[in-house]
Amino acid sequence: MLSFINEHLQLIYLIVLMVFVGIELIGHVPSVLHTPLMSGANAIHGVVIIGSIIVMGEATHTISLVLGFLAVVLGTLNVVGGFVVTDRMLEMFKKKK
Amino acid sequence: MTLQITLQIIYLIASVTFILGLKFLGNPSTARKGNLIAAFGMGIAIFGTIFLYTDANGHHLKNLPLIFGGLAVGTVIGWLAAKKVQMTAMPEMVSLFNGMGGACAMLISIIEFQHIQSTFAEPMAIAALLIPGASAALKGRLLIILLGMIIGSISFSGSMIAYGKLSGKVKDKSFGFQQFINIGLLAVILAFTWMAMMGESNQEFWFYLVLALSLLYGILFVMPIGGADMPVVISLLNSFTGVAAAFGGFLYDNKVMLVGGILVGSAGTLLTIVMCKAMNRSLLNVLIGNFGGGGKAAAASSSAGFEGAIKEVNASDTAILMKYAKKVIIVPGYGLAVAQAQHVVHELETLLESEGVEVKYAIHPVAGRMPGHMNVLLAESNVSYDKLVEMEEINPEFATTDVVLVVGANDVVNPAAKTDPSSPIYGMPILDVEAAAHVIVNKRSMKAGYAGIENELFYKPKTSMLFGDAKKALNQLVSEIKALG
Repeated sequence: MLSFINEHLQLIYLIVLMVFVGIELIGHVPSVLHTPLMSGANAIHGVVIIGSIIVMGEATHTISLVLGFLAVVLGTLNVVGGFVVTDRMLEMFKKKK
Repeated sequence: MTLQITLQIIYLIASVTFILGLKFLGNPSTARKGNLIAAFGMGIAIFGTIFLYTDANGHHLKNLPLIFGGLAVGTVIGWLAAKKVQMTAMPEMVSLFNGMGGACAMLISIIEFQHIQSTFAEPMAIAALLIPGASAALKGRLLIILLGMIIGSISFSGSMIAYGKLSGKVKDKSFGFQQFINIGLLAVILAFTWMAMMGESNQEFWFYLVLALSLLYGILFVMPIGGADMPVVISLLNSFTGVAAAFGGFLYDNKVMLVGGILVGSAGTLLTIVMCKAMNRSLLNVLIGNFGGGGKAAAASSSAGFEGAIKEVNASDTAILMKYAKKVIIVPGYGLAVAQAQHVVHELETLLESEGVEVKYAIHPVAGRMPGHMNVLLAESNVSYDKLVEMEEINPEFATTDVVLVVGANDVVNPAAKTDPSSPIYGMPILDVEAAAHVIVNKRSMKAGYAGIENELFYKPKTSMLFGDAKKALNQLVSEIKALG
């Protein structure tokens, strides 16, 4: 346990700091923006696609190739769909200038 | 080596764009830019990984054609789905995309587990395990894989149910002791996780059992939660997927996945709590409250007690009332979204304004299916931003208002939230439409609102019902007002 913490100290620091940054960022957002914000955050966790690309790039067995391909497709859906939907929502706010 | 450092710098830049993106998304004037900045960061992180990533032995990624194929398929489908979806179906769409992210995290864990299993089978690997500490490191890795898979699959199956509920394909369902069963199931999942990690044999069996139970848990977790609370659930599942992505980051020692995942995890959790506050309910209450089931039971018992009769009104009488009013407040709800009546409501507003009537919109924080749903919808039809007034600001204004027009809203104007402690929405702040001189309620029928409870407002002497589809009724109203000259 202790050796695990010691080995990953850098990552653990990063996690703790990012928790605070995340909380700070959402602190005072008007409720009008809750939906776009949720949608934008939804697109950002699509970063999981990086993992699927790495898995796919190192895969040798057929089954991992198939699952990896599926993972890349799903991850891309999350990223592209997420950002495009958010942009469509926000486009409507912009007209109001 | 240079490639590695270049990639790390790209990841650093991407991490900064995620933080800036979320920051800008919190302000109406910069929100769109924020989204684009984060999208740019995501793009460079993806292509940086494809071209620059090398493993411990310096090998580049293989299978590039397949990776690009997957990217292309996902991009085309995602783009089309996001562009084609109706504004009213936005919440379901977000839930669906969230589920895709969860499934992606789940698949990564499955593949990595299989990878560990196959290397385990080689004699060399077993010999390596005899080195002190190697076994513990492997177990740590297994735990991260398992946790990533559990959270990813809960998020996936939960989001699918949330999507089904919002699009009306899945009905609310709850049975006795469901909360205890859920808690029990969670305990079982954790116990089996321990078995999959520590067990000497049959690891595979325990692993896939945990996978199946996690998927089941996601379904049971969302199933009993009422449709009105779906935004909160989607927001919560959103932060789950963030955490699942962060586990992936831990697994690959990948900083950008970690930053992106944890940011969404913490920001999403806070957003969930903020949303609950807007409805004046606690998160625990939402998750355990059995909103749907309890509501229906309450409706049966309380609907008989209302005094007074329903008063119906036609479009021409409403038109006269509104045309000669000084001040009109429109309360939009989900009915307006379903009927796609956002354009005609704007037409009505401009028409009344040209007649010298002051028109405002009262926006309840949870009107529609998601916070901000109504704002997005009305913004689409060019309603001026400053006409959309939030609840706290508009409530004192109802007393000086001649006519309130409620379009397809129900629970957000239900006085039971104030007066009936047994009501499932008791304690939720509502719009005080009763303070106005006249209340016109446009609804398709007397059917109860999303919370499944009767609304006493409809039986009040001040209230008149204008039945019909929101778009048709408002169109009629517009032509009647025009006919009055």
